[in-house]
Amino acid sequence: MTQPHCDLSGASLSITGLSTGYGGKAIVSGLDLAPIEPGAVVSLLGPNAAGKTTLLRSLAGLQPATGSVRLGDQELLSLSLAGHARIVTYMPQSLPQRVALTVLEGVIGAIRASPVGDGNLSDGDIVDRALEVIERVGIGHLAMSGLNHLSGGQRQLASLAQALVREPRVLLLDEPISALDLHYQLRVMKLVRQLAKERGMIVLMVLHDLAIAARWSDRVVLLAGGQVVADGTPEQAITAQVLADVYRVQARVEPGPSGLNIAIEDVL
Amino acid sequence: MNTPSHIAAPPSFNRQDTLNAYHRTGRRRALIVTVLGLLCVIAFALDISTGPSSLPLADVWAGLFAPDQISSPQMTIIRDVRLPYALMAILVGAALSLAGAEMQTILNNPLASPFTLGVSSAASFGAAVAIVLGVSLPFIPGDWMIPINAFIAAFASVLMLEGLARNRASGVEGVVLFGIALVFTFNALVALIQFVASQEALSQLVFWSMGSLGRATWGNLGVLALVVAAVLPFSMQAANAMTALRLGEDRARSFGIDVKRLRFFSLLRISALAATAVAFVGTIGFIGLVGPHIARLMLGEDHRFLLPASMLTGALIMSLASVGSKILVPGVLLPVGIVTSMIGVPVFLILILRKPERV
Repeated sequence: MTQPHCDLSGASLSITGLSTGYGGKAIVSGLDLAPIEPGAVVSLLGPNAAGKTTLLRSLAGLQPATGSVRLGDQELLSLSLAGHARIVTYMPQSLPQRVALTVLEGVIGAIRASPVGDGNLSDGDIVDRALEVIERVGIGHLAMSGLNHLSGGQRQLASLAQALVREPRVLLLDEPISALDLHYQLRVMKLVRQLAKERGMIVLMVLHDLAIAARWSDRVVLLAGGQVVADGTPEQAITAQVLADVYRVQARVEPGPSGLNIAIEDVL
Repeated sequence: MNTPSHIAAPPSFNRQDTLNAYHRTGRRRALIVTVLGLLCVIAFALDISTGPSSLPLADVWAGLFAPDQISSPQMTIIRDVRLPYALMAILVGAALSLAGAEMQTILNNPLASPFTLGVSSAASFGAAVAIVLGVSLPFIPGDWMIPINAFIAAFASVLMLEGLARNRASGVEGVVLFGIALVFTFNALVALIQFVASQEALSQLVFWSMGSLGRATWGNLGVLALVVAAVLPFSMQAANAMTALRLGEDRARSFGIDVKRLRFFSLLRISALAATAVAFVGTIGFIGLVGPHIARLMLGEDHRFLLPASMLTGALIMSLASVGSKILVPGVLLPVGIVTSMIGVPVFLILILRKPERV
C-alpha cells in the first residue's frame, strides 16, 4: 500500500516494537511509545548517540525499520517515500552551506518537490504560501537573500520554514533551535506550539535544552542507548534521578513559576 | 529614553516589495536565458562565416537560402564544412554542459564533470584501442570504429560510477573519488597504448585526444541531436527534484524524492550525453565543468532555469571557441579542445573574482 488514507486528522501516532540501525548494528531496538495525541508537542531528549536522530529518520521513512508506526489506522512503515511525504516532514539538523538559492526559492522548492496536502497549487498560491511561512518564522526580511549568505542561525530558520510549509500531519524536527539566539529560540518554540494546536499537527523534536523542553512541550521522552528511560509530562519525566541516570550529572529540579527550575550542579 | 543605536530595530518586511523583487528576479532570469540564446545565434553566424577559405557571411547566407547564386566548390565548403562544424560546436557544448550541470547536482560536488570524473579519459582509451590496436566490435564500419569504441568506453565508465552510486555504503564522496581514480587509470592505459604505438598511430591518437570539430559529419550530427533532444525533456522533468536535492539529501527524501532513482536516471542521461559528444569530437575538457558554473553564477540553482542556461552557456563557449580556433592563428585550424580552455578560463575567472555573487 503506497497511498495513505485521505483523512488522518484527529489520528494519534503510536510506535510499537520499533527497531532500526545502521549496517547490522542496532541503534534502536524494540522501542514502544504510548500514543501521541494530535496537536501534541513532544520533545526527545537524551545524551549524544542515544538514537534520537535515528529514531526521527526511521519515523520519516529515511531508513529501514521494523515494528510498527501507526497514524490512526495508517501504517507508516509500509509507505513509499512519496507516501510518507504527504504525511510526515523531517527537518534535518543542517542545511547545506553553498546553495545558490534564495530563502524564498528554498521554501518554494520544498513545495514543488512533491505534491503537498490537497495537491494542485497555482504558482501564485505557492509563492504566497511560502512567503507567509517565511514571515511567521520571522525572516521575511531575508526572503530574497541567498541561503549561501546567511548566518548559521538564519539558515536554521530557513530550514525550518522549508519543513513547516509542507503542513504535514507529523512534523519531525532535529535540533531546530541549536543555532538560534534567545529571541528566535523562543519565537520558534511558540510558533511550533501554536501551529501544532491550530492544525492538530503532531510535533516530535530533538532538543538539548532541558529548560526549553520543559517549558514548551506537552510531553518529554528521554532516550538513552536506544531505549525510553522516561516518558511523561515534563514534571514527570525530568527528575534529578533521571538526569543522573541519563546524563551522569548531579542536578536540582524544582517546580517554578514557568515550568521547571533545573540547575545542573556537577558531573557524576 | 532613546534606544541606544547599537540595539537593532526589528527587521522590517514588506510583503509587496518582496513579491515584486521575486517577480523581478524571475523576469531577469528569463531575460538572461533569452540573451544567452541570442548570443548563441550570433556566435553561430560568426562561426559559419569564418574559416581558412574566405567566404564571408553574405556568401554563406546566399548558400543557405539561394544555393544557385554561388559556385559549387563554395557550396561544398558551406554544406560539408562550415555548417556541420558550427552545428557540432553548439550541440557538443550544450550536451557536455547539461551533463556537467546534472552531475554537479546529483553528486553534490562543484568539481564534477564528464572530464574530471573519467568519462573523457575512458573515451580516449576506447579511441586509442581503435586507433592503435585496431580492435573494435565486429561489423563496425572503419570510420565509425573510433567513435563507437569511445562511446562504449565512456558509457562503461559512467555505468561503473552508477553502480557505485547505487551502493549506499560508498556514498557520494566515494563516487567522486572513484571517478578521479578512473581518470588516472584510463590515462595510464592510454599512455601504455601510446608506448607501443607506431609513430603514425601515435600522432593520430594525440590529435584525437585534443578534441576537434573536424570529425563532424551530418550523420554524427544527427545522432548527437537525437540524443540531446531525447534527454532534455527528462532532464527538465527532474528539475524540481534536483532543486530540492540541493537542500540536502535527507531533506529531499523527506519531501518524497527517491534520490537513488533520481541519481540513477540522471547518470544514464549524463552517460548518453557525454559519451556521444566525446565520441564524435574527442576530449573537450572545460565545457562540462565551467558552463554550469557560469550559468549558476548568473541565475542561481533553480534547475528549471539552471539546466537550459547551462546548455546555452556551454553552446556559446563552444561556438566562440570554434571561431577562435579558426582566427587565432590565421590560416591554421587549431584543435578546438585547446581553444575552449583559452576562452573559457578568462570568462570563468572574471565571474569568480567579481563582486560577491548575486543569487
